[in-house]
Amino acid sequence: MTGAGTFVGNHSPEGMAHAVFVRSPLAHGEVRSVETGDARRAPGVLGVWTADDLGVAPFHGFMVLNEACARPPLAAGKVRFVGEPVAVVVAETRAQAVDAAELVEVDYEPLPPAIDPEDALAPGASLQFEKLGSNLAAGVRSTGEDPLTGASRVVRLRMVNQRIAVVPMEGNAILAVPGADGDGYDLTVYVSTQMPHGFAAALARILGLDAARLRVIAPHVGGGFGGKAGAAAEHVVVVATSIALGRPVAWVETRSENLLSMQGRGQVDYIEMGFDDDAKITGMRARVVGDAGAYAGFGGALALGPTRMMAQGVYRIPAVAYDVAAALTNTTPMGAFRGAGRPEAAAFLERVMDLAADELGVDPVDLRRRNLIDGDAFPYTTRMGTTYDSGDYARALDQAVRLAGYEELRAEQSARRARGERIALGIGVAVYVEVTAGGGGKEFGAVTIDADGGATIRVGTSGHGQGHATSFAMIVADRLGIPMDRIRFVQSDTALVPRGGGTGGSRSLQIGGNAVRAAAEEVWLRARDLAAEELEADPGDIVATDDGRVGVAGVPARALTWSALAGLAEGAGAGPLAAEVDFAQAAATFPFGAHVAVVEVDLDTGAVVPLRHVAVDDCGRILNPMIVAGQQHGGIAQGMAQALWEEMVYDADGNPLTATLADYGMPSAAEMPSFEASNTETPTPLNPLGAKGIGESGTIGSTPAVHNAVVDALSHLGVRHVEMPCTPERVWRAIKETEAAGGRQPDTSVWREPPAFFAELPTPDAAGRPEAADVDI
Amino acid sequence: MIPAAFEYQRPSSLDEAVRLLADSGDDAKLLAGGHSLLPLMKLRLAAPSMLIDIGRLRDLSYISDAGDTVTIGALTRHHEVETSALLKAQVPLLAHATSQVGDPQVRHRGTIGGSIAHGDPASDLPAVCLALRATFTVVGPNGSRQIPADDFFRGFLETALSADEILTEISVPKVPDAGWSFQKFNRRAQDWAIVGVAAVHNGSTGVGLVNMASVPVRAAAVEDAIAAGSSAAEAATHASDGLDPPADLNASQEYRRHLAEVLVRRALQEAGAP
Repeated sequence: MTGAGTFVGNHSPEGMAHAVFVRSPLAHGEVRSVETGDARRAPGVLGVWTADDLGVAPFHGFMVLNEACARPPLAAGKVRFVGEPVAVVVAETRAQAVDAAELVEVDYEPLPPAIDPEDALAPGASLQFEKLGSNLAAGVRSTGEDPLTGASRVVRLRMVNQRIAVVPMEGNAILAVPGADGDGYDLTVYVSTQMPHGFAAALARILGLDAARLRVIAPHVGGGFGGKAGAAAEHVVVVATSIALGRPVAWVETRSENLLSMQGRGQVDYIEMGFDDDAKITGMRARVVGDAGAYAGFGGALALGPTRMMAQGVYRIPAVAYDVAAALTNTTPMGAFRGAGRPEAAAFLERVMDLAADELGVDPVDLRRRNLIDGDAFPYTTRMGTTYDSGDYARALDQAVRLAGYEELRAEQSARRARGERIALGIGVAVYVEVTAGGGGKEFGAVTIDADGGATIRVGTSGHGQGHATSFAMIVADRLGIPMDRIRFVQSDTALVPRGGGTGGSRSLQIGGNAVRAAAEEVWLRARDLAAEELEADPGDIVATDDGRVGVAGVPARALTWSALAGLAEGAGAGPLAAEVDFAQAAATFPFGAHVAVVEVDLDTGAVVPLRHVAVDDCGRILNPMIVAGQQHGGIAQGMAQALWEEMVYDADGNPLTATLADYGMPSAAEMPSFEASNTETPTPLNPLGAKGIGESGTIGSTPAVHNAVVDALSHLGVRHVEMPCTPERVWRAIKETEAAGGRQPDTSVWREPPAFFAELPTPDAAGRPEAADVDI
Repeated sequence: MIPAAFEYQRPSSLDEAVRLLADSGDDAKLLAGGHSLLPLMKLRLAAPSMLIDIGRLRDLSYISDAGDTVTIGALTRHHEVETSALLKAQVPLLAHATSQVGDPQVRHRGTIGGSIAHGDPASDLPAVCLALRATFTVVGPNGSRQIPADDFFRGFLETALSADEILTEISVPKVPDAGWSFQKFNRRAQDWAIVGVAAVHNGSTGVGLVNMASVPVRAAAVEDAIAAGSSAAEAATHASDGLDPPADLNASQEYRRHLAEVLVRRALQEAGAP
């Protein structure tokens, strides 16, 4: 660690002012008046804006879930969640802005809120957008035959996939610098984002700016995890005030602001799985409620998009019905968090498989083996219409079970139970498949040989901790023989990279990496021909030499440096020795894996301690094992955190109760066991590197494995389900209610009939398909 | 995360600190390690008009052998308490419990006196002081007085300290041969306890509870039951007798009562109560 990072907050151009937002303390209310006079007169204040002063039309965030729910960047007429910005104060110093913000007086008329997504869709719920006539942001019901017909057993589970916060180390941050920079730009924006080009396009559209004269730079970014895609309300406000003032304006949000800026997950799942007498799946009915939060946050659409797309998971399921509703609630707008809709599918599938194993009296691993899609069935198209490119699920499961020592663990579990020990052992298994590079896979990549013989990579992905500089340099070094320390890496600046899709949805290596690979290949072919001509050799005899030159195979004296080749290219009048490629992948890829989690549960207190976590994740061909392992470790930690600790909690009035890290249960390394991460490698046929994404896999596999392990530890007592996060009190209550019911957890803790609104959802012909259903993040 | 404006004074002696406090009115706050006060100020939940920074009064930082007791200066940092050879030998419960406070950063800044004077029922050290029958020395314009831990914690974040008094010393009886236990139940290592139990068993039994009331409390009914000959398990059933524990995100009242019983039983057994 050198302290040399340049995050947005490290920039302080001459004349920089600071923005601070005045936020709603109410989940739902009318804004009667906003009194800004005292704030305007406070020391150092340069301006105070409300929705009326700002004059920016309502807009949609990263993706559109419902056209009618566009959000004004400052609340106009109504507030719809606690934390919604109502006014902004810009002052010379941040302290002055904070002080002045306290002087803004807002007169609210409270309205009843709708907080729970199921309640929000019930008759009589308070409406967030009256003209919609309900809080349904989008929804669709299935119309085919009942998929449970003919099942000899049906296992039913209602589970909540709770809201969680994204918690990047660095929150949102933006610095807008207006004024001509001498290079053709009128406005330069430094922003902590995963997608600088997408941000520039959104900002230009929302504010009516000339995109060609707008420069967006993502400097060091302290984590994204899906939370830094698109232009947020605050971003737009900060840029608008900087233009109005003609001064640089910065906003670096606080931790509490970040916890309320965007949240992820947030589904309620009603899953019914039919089995035959051999414990083979005969069909599944899924009814899913996605919480969209306020303003139809695009995260609500994940239930319509990727969760639906992956609803069949790794199993042969002959018939599937999937009904889904996205609900508007008076809570923070929902967005994407690592996995974005796919973890939710894996979570309900794997939980219901364990519930079925318990009810059918089959070992959880055995039940999965009986139902996995065969390794020779690929490409495989599911009932959801999703085509999996390649896979070998049984191999991943076998490896995970072997590495975990599954049979020995079961033996120890039995021995502890026989001894009546109060520290119970739980073993949880999960097999998953997910989708990466799903939303239109195209990316820019370029390689230029510099005059000094080094190379410069430019790429449209925007790495922020994923190690792209290393991975992409490896690709170029491997093809051209130029040492990695001579390779420069350029990204995340719209002035230096002409276009790009950014980094999200585990897309970067498989699309950006392949773009760089293709550009390096083009450069190689030109270099080879130049060398052949100069050295009077056959192009087929030209190779990259071990000492970093290009020459005739087997004749060390006849070789050219890359610097010489760059000069030859210029001299030949064909321009620099360089290539630009827009790589397109024909379809998405489908990484998969199997996890085994081992936990201990204190039956007296309900405390859960994770002991081991074995992850076998298959992301196709691996370029850099350390980077893959790093992604697995981070993903496992975040997925385990959802199973055991994290939950964004609102009270009935819509007050967030977990708006600081003291209350929000993000764990630290102290709570984690050492992870046992390994891989199988099943290359994808869809790109030359054979690579699939690894960024989200760990998160997707670990949550259900750990969740299942907790319930498994209690299964001998008759416990069948515990909601996430599996807090000590929840575990204790599950044990207590099971004991009180005579050794079988009451059915009401596992299932209840889905709400009536499902029957009234639009049919597929009547339902539109929101843009956000195809989200890629 | 920026506090409201305040005045700042840094006295160079205890006398000067006492004088400043007396002159500054009710709205002044003493600043020691800052780990309770500054977060409240940054969230603007506290906005004192003046901070009197006593953090550099080094003569209030000491751990001394005083015969039957060990005396600890109020400004002694947690790290010094947890690593003190004298305390580890003579009052191991205090040294151990202090090692469970917050995280290493907190323990290198936070002070024992600050923790006790703040009077937070969720803090570990007040319960430990109750179990150990500690005595606190406070100094004000009219001199000093001694307050037993039992009489110190009055209400939520409210103590027997007058607005013009400063806690200067904590005195704990030596209990080198006593059995002891500190049970801290939390979800994450750096969290406050959901419920905590400090127990010392030395012929007589002291039991202090963390986060089981609006103030740090002794489990008097448990102590009485042990004195009357109950087993640890029997005595533990009285863990929350007469208490009105808080309900929050981490635990309902019912669960807190359950945890208190489990943890008191474990603490008594570990401390060697019959």
